[in-house]
Amino acid sequence: MSDSAERQLTADVLVIGGGPAGAWAAWSAATNGAKVVLVDKGYLGSSGATAPGGTNLLYLPPDKEMREQAVASRMKQGGYLAEPAWIHRVLDQVYTNLELIEKWGYPFVRDENGTPMRDHLHGPEYMAIMRKVVKRAGVKVLDQSPALELLVDEFGVGGARGVSRQDDLTWEVRANAVVIATGGCAFLSNGLGCNVLTGDGYLMAGEVGVELSGMEFTRKYAPSPAFGSNTRSRLLGWATYYDSDGNEIVGGRQGDFLAEALLKGPVYAIMNKADTPEKQAFLRKSHAIFFLPYDRAGIDVFTEPFPLTLRYEGTVRGTGGIRIVDDDCSTTVGGLFAAGDAATRERITGSASGGGAFNASWAICSGTWAGKGAAAHALSHRQSAATRDLKPAGRYGLGGVASSFENVVPSQELIKEIQDQVLPLTINYFRTEQGLKQALHRLDNVWNRVNSQTPQNVREQVRARETAAMAATARWMYTAALSRKETRSGGLHGLAEYPGQDEEQQHRLLVSGLEEVSVRTEQVPVSGVAVTAVAATSEEVQAG
Amino acid sequence: MIELVSEERCISCNICVKVCPTNVFDKGEDGVPVIARQSDCQTCFICEVYCPADALYVSPYAEQTVEVNEQELADKGVLGSWRAIIGWGPGRTKIAAIDTTPFIDRILPPRTIRPQGVSEVLRGGS
Repeated sequence: MSDSAERQLTADVLVIGGGPAGAWAAWSAATNGAKVVLVDKGYLGSSGATAPGGTNLLYLPPDKEMREQAVASRMKQGGYLAEPAWIHRVLDQVYTNLELIEKWGYPFVRDENGTPMRDHLHGPEYMAIMRKVVKRAGVKVLDQSPALELLVDEFGVGGARGVSRQDDLTWEVRANAVVIATGGCAFLSNGLGCNVLTGDGYLMAGEVGVELSGMEFTRKYAPSPAFGSNTRSRLLGWATYYDSDGNEIVGGRQGDFLAEALLKGPVYAIMNKADTPEKQAFLRKSHAIFFLPYDRAGIDVFTEPFPLTLRYEGTVRGTGGIRIVDDDCSTTVGGLFAAGDAATRERITGSASGGGAFNASWAICSGTWAGKGAAAHALSHRQSAATRDLKPAGRYGLGGVASSFENVVPSQELIKEIQDQVLPLTINYFRTEQGLKQALHRLDNVWNRVNSQTPQNVREQVRARETAAMAATARWMYTAALSRKETRSGGLHGLAEYPGQDEEQQHRLLVSGLEEVSVRTEQVPVSGVAVTAVAATSEEVQAG
Repeated sequence: MIELVSEERCISCNICVKVCPTNVFDKGEDGVPVIARQSDCQTCFICEVYCPADALYVSPYAEQTVEVNEQELADKGVLGSWRAIIGWGPGRTKIAAIDTTPFIDRILPPRTIRPQGVSEVLRGGS
């Protein structure tokens, strides 16, 4: 990118990403007195995994016993890598924020007693409200403006640079605090709303030296129409599954049956457990998006078989992301904060998936905390970011360094090579040491060519950077996965060679580095409420 | 994938150009947006929710293009149907206001197949 950007702005806080986490971060920072700019690759209100569909939320009344129970159950599901204190603070914060959402105009339904049911949000409505609230808080929003790289100096991060893709111009926002809320990475697998999630924030953060945590917990696929994009599949609870001969496929308690069945051949489902017109109408008002592709394809899902596939969801419903080191979602790099799926969700989900209620609640809470923390950090800075000696930190996939014409690689070719190693069930769902080693070797080979892309226009520039981000993310994932030689509760990671949970590996794995990826372990922090809970859980592990 | 911007219905507001998360549309010279990067479409249907003129059609096929017939889509009431279901537009009830999800446990089938590791959410906290 050229030395001076065509559009230059200065703020206290820059939020990168306009999904739920970014929206909450921007609102929170502005509410705490900061001047805020939010940039999004697409549009604040429609971008990300939440907007097109809907999402469940954790909404538990502040009843001590009920909450302790929820926390204990989550700790077990998450292989005891979560922290009770963090689960509690999410339950507290999301409860408060959901009341705010209602105050801002979300029409939550009420039950027979008049109690508002705040445990589910429809995406378009929710995110349209968030856009309104963020703008009303005074945040400057740049839509269709992907960030490409962070700005840094010896004190840490001080803003970012990117492109406004519809105006074909470059931008630079200087800000003493930056919140990365770019979502996870789903490797362009065509899941609903997920193709904007290409790990951009992981790469930007990786280039300034952050670590990522929990990247091995990324063995996560979602059922979807074989021909379509809709990865919202809760209603499949009303389905019966069949093979192409019409034989029923029965799912075992261990799960895995869809993945196993798909290796053998096509899998179909019929929603024949919703066996009355009343039930069918009920489901249509719950997850309307589920029916849309089938209705349009002319399939009556209640009586006719529809073909299913599994789409890879990477760190969207997987758990890994940028390591956060404090209650305010700060990272190890000065001025840099992470929220939503861009951050690791291990602190509340451990080795289990946060897909659905946990991740949606996490986006709200981590956004709120990161925004507040970023505001406090920026407002305590003595020097304006405008006068700092900041340098762009981007090193990969930014073009312009291919040594000769023959070495030029189209992004599309590299994307295909990355997907070939990451999407297949045989490599990434049925993980083996040998399979992952071979895949990682091939991904290293892709990585060596990310700087041979030569983008010719803004669209290609964004794509080249996304390609580098996906390659980096995939290498972090598999490096971590090869370092966890066990199969941990939650189903998000396992190696065929190591089928059991190993108490010696009761730690987190941190990966970092781009040229060379390194791994180290971190003990799960024990603090406050956590002490007794963790002591209790180790007994439970032995007993179980 | 997005297959249609109806010239007849389009009011040239360019909202679809603005809101598309993957920047599929360009403003058209005659005011009607053009599908400039169809292969970037992620089949999220959100442009249809925002289109006030029911002028867009996203086909359910995410990985292939298909021929569509505008007249047929209009006759079958498909154009604008997703916006109508979401309940956006004057005089409509938002689906959020009649959401049945919080009560979904009341109609659970006797034997639910919930494949762990591949299926949707573990119900939060309950």
